[in-house]
Amino acid sequence: MLDDFFVRAVLAGVGVAAMAGPLGCFVVWRRMAYFGDTTAHAALLGIGLGILLGIDLTIGVAAVTISVALLLLVMERQTGLALDTLLGILAHSSLALGVIVIALSPGLRVDLTAYLFGDVLAVSVTDLAVIFGLAAFVLMVLTLIWRRLVAATMDEELAAAEGLAPARHRLVLVLLLAVMIAVAMKVVGVLLVTALLIIPAAAARRISASPEQMAVVAGCLAMSAAVGGLVMSLYLDTPSGPSIVIAAALIFALSLLPLGLKRG
Amino acid sequence: MTQLLSAKDVAVTVNGRTLLHDIDLSVDAGEIVTIIGPNGGGKTTLVRALLGIQDVAAGTIARMDGLTIGYVPQRLSLNPMMPVKVSRLLTSAIPKSRDEVIAALEETGVAHLIDTSVHVLSGGEFRRVLLARALLHNPHLLVLDEPVAGVDHAGELVLYELIQRLRTERGCGVLMVSHDLHVVMAATDKVICLNGHVCCTGQPHEVSQHSEYVRLFGPRAAEALAFYEHQHDHEHDIHGDVTREHAHTHDHLHKEHTRAG
Repeated sequence: MLDDFFVRAVLAGVGVAAMAGPLGCFVVWRRMAYFGDTTAHAALLGIGLGILLGIDLTIGVAAVTISVALLLLVMERQTGLALDTLLGILAHSSLALGVIVIALSPGLRVDLTAYLFGDVLAVSVTDLAVIFGLAAFVLMVLTLIWRRLVAATMDEELAAAEGLAPARHRLVLVLLLAVMIAVAMKVVGVLLVTALLIIPAAAARRISASPEQMAVVAGCLAMSAAVGGLVMSLYLDTPSGPSIVIAAALIFALSLLPLGLKRG
Repeated sequence: MTQLLSAKDVAVTVNGRTLLHDIDLSVDAGEIVTIIGPNGGGKTTLVRALLGIQDVAAGTIARMDGLTIGYVPQRLSLNPMMPVKVSRLLTSAIPKSRDEVIAALEETGVAHLIDTSVHVLSGGEFRRVLLARALLHNPHLLVLDEPVAGVDHAGELVLYELIQRLRTERGCGVLMVSHDLHVVMAATDKVICLNGHVCCTGQPHEVSQHSEYVRLFGPRAAEALAFYEHQHDHEHDIHGDVTREHAHTHDHLHKEHTRAG
């Protein structure tokens, strides 16, 4: 069954979506959309360095996304610059640097589109193992710190006053996001990763009455978007990454319909 | 008298600017202490330092062993994109049974809101919900930052009466911040007038006569206490009996019970 490239693609999409749903809720709740973008843009630099140093690309990307995420946390505290300004600087300089490094790599012609918009139809069985291993890890950590992470997201000051160590939980969240973005790149690409985080969470908000419910619903919607988008790309012969994002956007549009659902 | 929390020679510096210096204060069990002061006087900074959220540059803050604090912040940064019902907000830090949640909400008179989204609450309802949330932690000390901000005048009186009742019934200490002079003065055992440092401190009627207080808040502020007493010469005393005496006599009783409390 895993011999079929389409089955592998669907599994990869579902695995990434399972992480993207709940993590995306925190991105939405904490207004971190641009944070996801910046980390994702930096992923291209990871590709470049991976090729240049001849190391595994996923490891190269994860190393860069984690470093950039940590750098952002430090810079946010140390410099007097507004966060969106900082993110704009980091996102685009790392993207530019990534493109330059890839262009300078000797004797290698790299298809940038595959990294920018994803190439889920090319995932290998090893990729699948990595995706599902990480998905299990990310969801397990999220479950373990769930109550404290949600409390810290509601209000950091209150959480700090109640001894819940919100700074530590924010760090964990940022690391989980960096890891998720590194593997999601294969599926939807650098430029579209944030969409997979934000759109299912935004759609889930309309039909959820608690943070827990929203996380589960966002995960399910993200998985539906992954499957729906891939089916669409199979039948309409559209690029897979963008198709997944369009499927998510359609789900969001549906969620806007007045269904008379109870909101929390 | 059990001392819950005390600060000695505390100073707070943020980005090289000294916001607070030489702060001495203490809160005992069963005591209501109110910090008043002008905007930028460091009221919220002091509360943050006492809670341990803000680092102190000098001095020491001592807490009773095993002290539990129920903190009611001025506002929450809660994003409307997060669906949160009142019951979920109350149990955000520690899990509690629904019965316990209802009991806490009943104490602050908002049990009917238990399944309402926190995003549709009015200012006064939200204050009461946050107060119930703090009570759920069974605190020795309640810390309230501007407990009546965004609450209308009638709601203000009710909230202050509620805070006094909680102190009496639970015997917990209360530390609040307020810029509101009228009501707070008589609802308080000890007033700390803060403007970067402790300008003056003492019982409300003493502070209101103090020259520093008059200088900070203007001569009309000294009338605040008198104003309150005329409005409330029929209030309940500590034993729950209605005191129908003349305002002057009530003032005397009030002082008696603050010493006893």
